[in-house]
Amino acid sequence: MVLFPAPLIACHDCDLLQREIPLKPGCAATCGRCGAVLYRNATDSIDRTLAYTLSAAVVFMVANVYPIFSIEVQGSFTGINLMGAVRSLWNQEMQAVSTVVLITTVIVPAMEMFTMVYLLLPLKFLRVAPGHTHLLRLMRMARPWGMIEVFMLGVLVSLVKLTGSFKVLPGVALWSFGVLTLLLAAAAASFSSRDVWARLDRVHGRGVGAWVR
Amino acid sequence: MGQITGNAAGQGLCSCHVCSLVCRRSELSAVAHCPRCGAFLHFRKPGSIARCWSLLIAAYILYIPANFLTMMETGSLFSYRKDTIISGVVHLWRTGSWGIAVVVFVASITIPLLKLISLTLLLVSVQRRSRRHPRQRTRLYRLVELVGRWSMLDIYVVTLLAALVQMGSLATVKAGPAAIAFGAVVVLTMFASMQFDPRLIWDPLQKERTP
Repeated sequence: MVLFPAPLIACHDCDLLQREIPLKPGCAATCGRCGAVLYRNATDSIDRTLAYTLSAAVVFMVANVYPIFSIEVQGSFTGINLMGAVRSLWNQEMQAVSTVVLITTVIVPAMEMFTMVYLLLPLKFLRVAPGHTHLLRLMRMARPWGMIEVFMLGVLVSLVKLTGSFKVLPGVALWSFGVLTLLLAAAAASFSSRDVWARLDRVHGRGVGAWVR
Repeated sequence: MGQITGNAAGQGLCSCHVCSLVCRRSELSAVAHCPRCGAFLHFRKPGSIARCWSLLIAAYILYIPANFLTMMETGSLFSYRKDTIISGVVHLWRTGSWGIAVVVFVASITIPLLKLISLTLLLVSVQRRSRRHPRQRTRLYRLVELVGRWSMLDIYVVTLLAALVQMGSLATVKAGPAAIAFGAVVVLTMFASMQFDPRLIWDPLQKERTP
């Protein structure tokens, strides 16, 4: 079946030109010179990413609606949720900081999940969503700014700080953020942009050799 | 395609940063787009060193107020304290939360410093066209990219604690001006590390001059 030479790949860290080799499932190809991971053979990449992302989206909504923890103030418990915290920071003349918090914990993760589902759901049935190239580019740009896992650690640290002087009850959103962190990590681990582009090439009827010149 | 050793750029080949497609670019000056995904194609990130330096210097400047101004004011009936980043860590350590103190120390002191120093080292070595330890330097860059985001930790802690104010409790927590400076340092260093092109580390090792 070797009609075409294997596609070329250039390491994104050191620019070494190499030829792709077939991988066993679950394995990764690393650059021969600098050791960067070039690509992985993620099993059922599109299906798994879609499953993890859809469940993450549900948990994400729960995490944003319910209180992260409640604190006893004068005998009654009051809850803090993410949007409330962002709003009170805004009211303290900290608009810049609260905007960064909003972008990194709500807007970028929400956008990323929406884009994933929008792209991968049609692709699963061998259809192409309109505007897919723009969205894939946008997603690559936005990805470093989604920081749910860092926020999760921030929640734990502030929980410990608060327990010193208050009676604190963990809320539904605390567990949701924990689950969300795991789901997003699983989605990121199973996602492979190489598979997405390979599938897109297949749908467009472009063969392995279409781009090799 | 005969021989495929060496840098892609040395052979007029350019890999797309979005979809990883390798394609040939003959006219060096013309603006080119990836035939598959339409992203702007470039051999190396344009203006990488200058942009990275300017973002890094801005981060260095803001690093000073971030560490000397107040990060958080906490007050209750019994006590009132103003904490900088460092005094906050010391307070955590003294009150017995050692684990949390170590986590906060790593996230808000070690990581930002590591980022600033590493990026400076990388930029200087690239500008001197150093041929030493390219593999280690690339690893250092990957580490900076990987851990950089975790210094947002303190910003999130301040955000969550600041929400206490609205609960009508006797305690007040207020975010201080250092939060703005520190947030800016984190964002600026993240942009700086995105602007840095690790392929520049490997260019001096190549015989052909890359464009």
